[in-house]
Amino acid sequence: MTRFLRHRLFWPVVILVALLALNLVFTDNFFRVQMKDGHLYGSLIDIVRFGAPLILVSIGMTLVIATSGIDLSVGSVVAIAGALACLRISDLGDQNSIGGVLGAVGIALALSAVLGVWNGLLVAGIGIQPIIATLILMVAGRGLAQLITDGQITTVNSSPYKLIGGGYWLTLPFSIIIVAVVLALTAFLTRRLALGLLIESVGGNAEASRLSGISARGVLITVYAFCGLCAGIAGLMISSNVSSADGNNAGLWIELDAILAVVIGGTSLAGGRFSLGGTVLGALIIQTLTTTIYSIGVPPETTLLFKALVVTIVCLLQSPAFREKVFHRRRRPQAPSPVPEEKVRVSA
Amino acid sequence: MTSVTGLLDLRRTVPQKYIPVMVTAGLFVAMFVAGGIRYRGFATGQIVLNVFIDNAFLLVVAVGMTFVILTGGIDLSVGSVVGLSTMVSASLLKDGWPAFGVMALVLVIGALLGLGMGAIIHYFEIQPFIVTLAGMFLARGLCYTISTDSIPIENSAFTAIAQTRIDLGGDMWVSPSVLIALVVVLGAAYVLHYTRLGRNVYATGGSEQSALLMGLPVARTKIAVYTVSGFCSALGGLLFAFYSLSGYGLSAVGMELDAIAAVVIGGTLLTGGSGYLLGTVLGVLVLGLIQTIISFEGTLSSWWTKIFIGLLLFAFILLQRVITARRR
Repeated sequence: MTRFLRHRLFWPVVILVALLALNLVFTDNFFRVQMKDGHLYGSLIDIVRFGAPLILVSIGMTLVIATSGIDLSVGSVVAIAGALACLRISDLGDQNSIGGVLGAVGIALALSAVLGVWNGLLVAGIGIQPIIATLILMVAGRGLAQLITDGQITTVNSSPYKLIGGGYWLTLPFSIIIVAVVLALTAFLTRRLALGLLIESVGGNAEASRLSGISARGVLITVYAFCGLCAGIAGLMISSNVSSADGNNAGLWIELDAILAVVIGGTSLAGGRFSLGGTVLGALIIQTLTTTIYSIGVPPETTLLFKALVVTIVCLLQSPAFREKVFHRRRRPQAPSPVPEEKVRVSA
Repeated sequence: MTSVTGLLDLRRTVPQKYIPVMVTAGLFVAMFVAGGIRYRGFATGQIVLNVFIDNAFLLVVAVGMTFVILTGGIDLSVGSVVGLSTMVSASLLKDGWPAFGVMALVLVIGALLGLGMGAIIHYFEIQPFIVTLAGMFLARGLCYTISTDSIPIENSAFTAIAQTRIDLGGDMWVSPSVLIALVVVLGAAYVLHYTRLGRNVYATGGSEQSALLMGLPVARTKIAVYTVSGFCSALGGLLFAFYSLSGYGLSAVGMELDAIAAVVIGGTLLTGGSGYLLGTVLGVLVLGLIQTIISFEGTLSSWWTKIFIGLLLFAFILLQRVITARRR
């Protein structure tokens, strides 16, 4: 039982279950999943569907945070990817040509990965603190997105593009399938291959892992490129869902939500270990919270208040210092000085 | 940018620690001269004063941010606290509260918010990034809870402050907000460079553990800087309310990034322990002058501001890296 209580995903699961239970009481038919025209419908499906971009961005963010970095530029990358894809598609003679849309998607994703590599080079090559290195692209990126669309909201009318964010495939929303594929791929690469271990060792101690023969620089650049790519996919999803690109507002503040999702999921910002399952859980908590607030009928203006409350509660519950001070339960003897938790601890 | 040889010459004549601040000052002068050559009516004193007038609130907020960043922390809540301050002032004034009571209350709210965040950061050992992010959501959420509409401010004291022009002679003038901002800058510079608290701030940012082993009150210092930042944000919010004469829940969205950018452009290291308040002032002026130049250019669209600020950030961080790498 105590082992169960101490599992690092225990509190996030409790919060998610509590949120869902709240819906069971207050919202009719919340848990009913229907089959309509061969598509699955229902509140639960909607939560995953609308949360898909956030989950994607959070997956990329998890790996970056595992290297003890942070990527503030994902929101801008979301805007740039959507802007570029929509611009290319609106220039097509036939907006419904699959080849043209694939080309636009490919170019947008390639640019997203390149932007990620740029972040990675600043962090790993020049050695700039990640929060600042990515702040550059966060600020300049929104300007770039507006430059691409010339400050306008570019609308497209393309059914193949619409599929990415708003379409269905195999009775499921296509965005959920994309998330599942990316998640499975990431889990395979990091948990079945050595990549996860390399990431965690770089996050634990970059210098030590470099001395032990790991190309810390290569790992960092890969991770930032992957994060950029994930943000790019999320950007396509968001702009495809509304069939337009808004350089100013697309993906606004998604970086903060993604960081929250990662932290709620039990990944420490100090790096060195990460939990993909926890991150998905964290993103689902954030999305469920938003949906719950809407469905219960609380004025939507107060969404941010509830978000602040839940974030504070989850972070406090996960903080060893808080549990020690409030529940008087010492988990292990601690040094009397506030030495940051040993970062070298690597768990597979 | 200064050429590498120029930088090396500079290194011999002035102490290294002043180089980032001097480069920012040089950049400001260069931008001003370039603007004066390119546009008619640009190279006047009033243009510089206008940059102050339009950015007094950012200056105050950036001063608070400098304290936090000097200890190696970060405060993401400042923009929301500015918004909340304008909202609280506007709604209370509409209910007929006295102007000075409202001002005092707003400042107390800001300081208390900062105090609370600082206490959570220190005692529960949660990352400043996350705690102040929650604070940002909280303050912004409170804004929207008060009202989602813009509330005009018609109070006589507020409008009087907003419309007062302080003549400096020669057709030049400043607003009272600029004076308030300058008082804050001078006060903060005194605290940082001539008091025990200031030394503790630098020591905590340099190495928290060393500061602790030296017996410095790290807990008090860390909580104090977030309180200062909260207070400065609230004061910045009041200045913003004077400037816009309204309260709006969406005002000052993203100001935390402007403040962080100003601090970084001013040469303060984000890892803490090194930097000057003068640099922050110059950082705010550089940001303001970019906007002035873009408005003079006319055809240049507003998104260029963001791209320029991004490029500037990049250049300054690169410069910081070069300097800190040489020092070791």
